[in-house]
Order: sequence, then C-alpha cells, then structure tokens
Amino acid sequence: MRLFKFKGGVHPEGNKGATHCAIEQLPLPARLYVPLQQHIGAPATPVVKAGDKVLKGQLIAQSQGAVSAAVHAPSSGTIVDIAEHQAPHPSGLPVECIIIATDGKEQWIDLDVPKEPFHLSEKEIARRISDAGIVGLGGATFPSALKFNLGLKQRVETLVINGAECEPFLTSDDRLMQERTQKIVEGIRIMALGLNAQQTIIAVEDNKPLAVHAMTAACESYNDTNVLTVPTRYPMGSEKHLVFTVTGKEIPAGKLAADIGVMVHNAATAYAVYDAIYEGRPLVSRIVTVAGDAIRQPRNLEVLFGTLASELIDYCNGFEQEPARLLMGGPLMGLVIPNVNVPIIKGSNGIIALSQKEVRMGEQSPCIRCSRCVSACPCGLMPLDMAANIKAGNFDRAEDYGINDCISCGSCGYVCPANIPLVHFFNYAKGELKARAVAKQQQEYTSELAKQRQTRMEKIEKEKAAMAARAAAAKKAREAAAKAKAEQEEKEATS
Amino acid sequence: MIAAITSLTILGLSIGFSLGFAAKRFKVEKDPLIDDLASLLPASNCGQCGFPGCAPAAEALVKGDALVTLCPPGGRALAEQLATMLDVSADLSDMEDKGPMLAFVQEATCIGCTRCFKACPTDAIVGAPKQLHTIIASACTGCEACVDICPTECLVMLEIPETLSTWRWPKPEPTQRPSSSGDLAIA
Repeated sequence: MRLFKFKGGVHPEGNKGATHCAIEQLPLPARLYVPLQQHIGAPATPVVKAGDKVLKGQLIAQSQGAVSAAVHAPSSGTIVDIAEHQAPHPSGLPVECIIIATDGKEQWIDLDVPKEPFHLSEKEIARRISDAGIVGLGGATFPSALKFNLGLKQRVETLVINGAECEPFLTSDDRLMQERTQKIVEGIRIMALGLNAQQTIIAVEDNKPLAVHAMTAACESYNDTNVLTVPTRYPMGSEKHLVFTVTGKEIPAGKLAADIGVMVHNAATAYAVYDAIYEGRPLVSRIVTVAGDAIRQPRNLEVLFGTLASELIDYCNGFEQEPARLLMGGPLMGLVIPNVNVPIIKGSNGIIALSQKEVRMGEQSPCIRCSRCVSACPCGLMPLDMAANIKAGNFDRAEDYGINDCISCGSCGYVCPANIPLVHFFNYAKGELKARAVAKQQQEYTSELAKQRQTRMEKIEKEKAAMAARAAAAKKAREAAAKAKAEQEEKEATS
Repeated sequence: MIAAITSLTILGLSIGFSLGFAAKRFKVEKDPLIDDLASLLPASNCGQCGFPGCAPAAEALVKGDALVTLCPPGGRALAEQLATMLDVSADLSDMEDKGPMLAFVQEATCIGCTRCFKACPTDAIVGAPKQLHTIIASACTGCEACVDICPTECLVMLEIPETLSTWRWPKPEPTQRPSSSGDLAIA
C-alpha cells in the first residue's frame, strides 16, 4: 500500500531501550488512589461510600454527562475514603479520588461474558465498551464509546489502529503488540465489527520490527486487515498525521477523522476492547513504561489504576540519581509532574525520569527568525510568529495564525536553537483563548438573566399599576353607589 | 370635493417630505461604539461603577467621563478589552483585580429576609421568606449588590477556587528554559 509523507516533523533520539523489557505485573499496592477524572470531559460520580466493600471490576463511579467515562475498582478491598489527592498534572492541584485499601484477594466481580462476541450488534458493542469505562489509551483519554456511537451515525470506511508510539522512551504499546498480539487482533476485529468498517490498517513505526512481525503474522488470515510499516518520524502517532500517512486524506481544520470516513484507535485501546468484550472485564489496569536515565532499572509494568507512581519507581529499584525532570507520558508531549506521589490513570503510558544530562538546560535567547520551527511544524504553522504575538498579548493575531490547529507536539521547540519555550507559549495562549470563550459564554448567560429579570420587573410594575387603577375605579364606583343611595334615601325621606 | 382631496394630498406629501428630510439632515448621531461597549459589560446593572446601569456606563466611557477600569465585576480582562476598543492606553498595574468572585450565604446567620434576592440583578439567589437563601453559582456575576443589603452581614464574597478544569498555563517567564514545564524535555 502506498504511504504519504506529511510535511515537517522531527527525528528525536528513540531511547527505546525498554523494548527488551517484557511486561511484568506490578505487585499489588496496599492502597489505590483512583481519581474520578481520568478522561477528557466531566468527572465520574461516585456510587460507593467510605466503608463499602468492593470487588475487582465493580463500578465505583458512573459517567455523568455526554462526555465522560465510568470508573471501576482496580482491585478488591474496602473504600477508605473519597477525598482529594494530588493529580498527575503540572499544576499540582488535587483531584477527587476514591481511596481503596486492597485486601490482597484480587477477587473479581461476576463478569458478563457474551457467548458469541461476533454476534453482538454494533449498539451492544458500543454499550459494552462504554460500560467498561474504556478511553483512548494513547494518552488523549477521549471516551472510546463516543467514537463508536459516532460510528453508528457516520459511515466509517477505514479503521486505523495507531501503533506508531512515536514518543521517545515509551515502549508500552510495542511490548503489548509483541506479547499479546492475538488478543489485540481479536480486539481490533471486534472494533471493526462495531464500527462496520470496510478495511482496517494497523500502522506501526519501523523502529518496532518485532511488533510489526508479530502483528503481520497474526493478521495474515484476514484479507481486510493490513499491517503497515510507517517511517519513524515524530509526530507519526498524531491522529491527523497518521491518517494522512496511511490514507493520503487530510482531516480538515476543526473537523474529526470520522468526517472523512476514518476512525483511529490506539493499539492499547484495542487490547482493552478485547478484555471488555471477550472477558467481560472493565478497564482497571494498563501497561506503563518506566524509563529515563535517572531510573535504575527501566521496565514495562502492568499497573492497576490508582497505584502511586512511587510504587513503580520503587519496583524499578528506585532512582539512580536525582531526576532533573519527572514526566507522565513521553518527553515531548507528556506532562511534567511535581513529584512521584501521583496516581497512575488511564492515560499514563509512561513514567519518565530524566537525568540532568537528558534535560535541555540552555539559556533562552531572542528569536533570530531562522524559521527552523516553520520547517519542523507538521501542521504547516508559523510557530515563531505565533509566539511573538502571544508574547505581545496579541491573542487574536495568534488565532489568525492558526493556533487552534496546533497540536502542541513540541517539534518546533525541539529544533529551536534559541531555546524558546514555544509550546509553553501556545499552551498559555490556548488556555487564555479558552478562558475568554468561557467568560464570554458566562457573560451572555448572565446578561440574558438580567434582561429576563428586567422584563419581569416591568411586567410586575404594570400589573401593579393596573391593579391600583382597578382598585381606584372600584372605589369610585362604590362611592358613586353610596352617594346615589344616600340621595335616594333623602328623596324618600322628603317625599 | 376635488379641491379638498388635492389640498390634503399636497399638504400630506409636503409635510411627509419635510419630515423625512429633517430626519436625515438633523439626525442625532449615536455612536455605534456605545452598543459595542455595552455588549462587553456584564449587563447586570449593578451600579458599582457609579452609573445607573451598564448602558449609561458605556455612554460615559465613549464620552471619556469614565475610566476603563470602572467595572469591578469585569476585572482586568474587561479593562483590557475596553482599552483596546477605545484605543486608549490605560495603566492597569494598580487596578485591583481580585479575580472572579462569588457571593456566598453563611447558613448560620441567614434569617431568610428575602432582601438579597430582590436585589440580585441576575436572579442568582433563591429563597423564600424565613427560609435559608442560597446562591446559584453559575448565575452569580460577583457584583456585590447583595452584600451591603444584608441586615445580618451573612453574605460574603469568596474567591472561586482553582480546579483542574479552570487551571491555565501561566505566561512563560523571559528567562524560562524550554524544559521547565510542559515543553520539550530532551536535547
């Protein structure tokens, strides 16, 4: 099959040494801090309370609102509390967590396993995926069931399975594809059935030959499923760029892949779908790569959600040296975390501890307009001009320059010789624009309320006036009647 | 009969044309900027700026009788917007920006007097006589119209706590290194 080459992109050092580390099960931690918000959208609502006993896989928080995902107990035990705990987020702000003291039994709740997974209807597949609390496991954590529901409405021709894993250090999807190939392929076939997709493309970067080999062998008997080896180039794993690479179709600005008949799911999500449909198990764990120069023994671990990152570090024999930077996710798009006291969530594909040597520490200097960032930008934007406008507080200009099409991939910052924190500028501007939009919406809402109140007050005023007029008229009539009566009586008296 | 119709028609036409001419010629120009500014203001007519409402405040702004920093609920963001709309440079550095605030009813001291919800310009307070009142946070503009009116001083203004969904990236410092947060971390 023909491949297409997207413009821009960078080639960072792979650092994927952990590709030789087989997946290991992390020992059961004594306590799990399961956040209610592990996905994009509204946080889940707890359905348990402190003191309740829960079984592994039991629903502990249900999804609320249109975009949300259910949360299940990652292990059996007792709910200690529902309280705030530090979130895996650069702000260091707390997030509401369900804290479970595990009992060590790992006792599953009764699972609802369909007899014939391939006889399920599309709706039923979407429902089961929703019930299992599955979200996009590539890191974006968009609730997967919504994509399936979208697939019911829109015709999906091609299902693309994202096995690119283009970020340096991360090897969790790579190991999963090597070790649990058959299950991933079964998951992919269920997904294709649920989306009614005509063909399936599994895209893997060529720096993962073992995963490509395993997947190709497993897909050999299926005509409509192809494994494509895509070149190693960051950001290959971005939805827009992967779709372009394998289909040649561009996703228009502000549109979804589904609008051009393509649906993209991560390889790890396919594995979660297998678990949900074939085993009836909700999403309670994931594979996490622990790597970076500061880690003594890099590993790929299967971790229950809510496990603190410190447990993973301890299992990897701790830090070799004081880490200069801690990241959840890869070094280009991952989030800086303030310390290791944060829980693993559905989107955590890696815990990366970088040493002083690995972190870029150059001084920031003025932009010399070398335009290397323009060549590197895979979205065809002009990072230098956007950053200059943002620096001057000119957010509307930045919007004109297409900041909304920026995927914050970090390619521009990677090549910038002046060490300008370009992506930070873009994140700042996106936050500011979002805040403005929210404020505008709020302002429209409150001014509408104020107007409604004003009209109501006027109406009340009018009614009061009308009532007063009626009362006055009635009084007048009464007086007239009394007067007439008095006159009548007078007349009678005189006559 | 014909004379009457003709004279009345001529009279009507001449008056009509002269009125139409006068409407065009002697039209009192209203600055369209006033409406633009009024749409930016909160429209709650809370009166904290000293003007009887948001529309008169917009008028005063255009005339130059008021400073762009006049609206406390709008805060610094609104002042900046007004300054760009009016094309004036305003010194916002000493403008007190408390950030968005919300009114809050302290349950222990509320006597259910209903005064506050009668004063609220956006109907953000619900309650009934001798019942505890409460604030609908999403409708509160933080205009403080209810605070002084309360006989028991049970209404207080609270800062809106920052959560994960309201947190935004701060502006990067000029000396900031690329790797210090959220940006590229490897060389």
